[in-house]
Amino acid sequence: MFSEDEIERYARHLMLKEIGGEGQQRLKQATVTLVGLGGLGGTAGQYLAAAGVGRLRLVDPDTVSLSNLQRQVPYETADLNAPKPKVLARRLHALNPNVAIEHHERAFEANDLRGVDLALDGTDSFPARFAINQACVEAGVTLVSGALGPWSGQVGAFAPHVGAYQPCYACFVPSEPPEAEACAVHGVVGALAGVVACQMALEAIKLITGAGTPLLGRLWIYDALKAEGRTLNMAKDPACPVCAGAAAEKNTIAPLPH
Amino acid sequence: MTKTACTSITIQLNGKPIDLEPGLSLADVIRRHRLDPQKAAVEHNLNIVPRSQLEYTQVADGDRIELVEFVGGG
Repeated sequence: MFSEDEIERYARHLMLKEIGGEGQQRLKQATVTLVGLGGLGGTAGQYLAAAGVGRLRLVDPDTVSLSNLQRQVPYETADLNAPKPKVLARRLHALNPNVAIEHHERAFEANDLRGVDLALDGTDSFPARFAINQACVEAGVTLVSGALGPWSGQVGAFAPHVGAYQPCYACFVPSEPPEAEACAVHGVVGALAGVVACQMALEAIKLITGAGTPLLGRLWIYDALKAEGRTLNMAKDPACPVCAGAAAEKNTIAPLPH
Repeated sequence: MTKTACTSITIQLNGKPIDLEPGLSLADVIRRHRLDPQKAAVEHNLNIVPRSQLEYTQVADGDRIELVEFVGGG
């Protein structure tokens, strides 16, 4: 049931035939973990809180630095040196007090997936991405992964627990690419973070509500310099060390989509 | 009438047409063009081919192959 305030707050969702009251209720009942609260996770978190996701768990070991503010727009100059999860939790609560928010000022742990429907990975290192993927496969949690290059973005959704042909992140990226460096080394155009973060939030909303066709087993890639995007099919790697042979019975959480 | 044997195929590699002899795998094409599959996913006609399958995937006339560089910033 929604209060009168909630009905007004979510009015533009409630009138969509793909979301409506049922979809909004699913959002309210959903728990989402956001790992990496920089240009991707911070902004995706704002849209998920605004959308009325019931419970958000925020995980990041970093504090706000001046060079973050060119693209990590949930943070303000006055937040410098403050822990990102704590600041973001305060901001999201101010945006939508209906959302229950947990914040963890540390690196991701497999425990962060306990009781969640969906995880969003917006971290900035491949080892972190591999750890999150491994934990998602083991826990049977659907993963929405977003990544930034200097002028390009990639978003995919991974759920090997929902079908024998569904890949995991390691089927796509099997090992750390040589010379892989973070935004700090290659640079990144700030507004691109918003494009990719919003695509992640949108896919999360689709997966939770069941609207449309999710990016499961597909990869959306965006070339900002050309202003061109396309969507590719991903295949499960039969030799994947992470998900090949992963037991379906490990999944203790209702699979998405509905 | 002249008999025409199929002695070459044309594919698009990263947007450029190249001629190849038939019967090559994706791994062959990548090696020949000194591309690094450690740095990028191999896209074959809008499908990303898992790394372990590159040796077993044949290239045919008209195929489009792109390397999609892995990015990991956040």
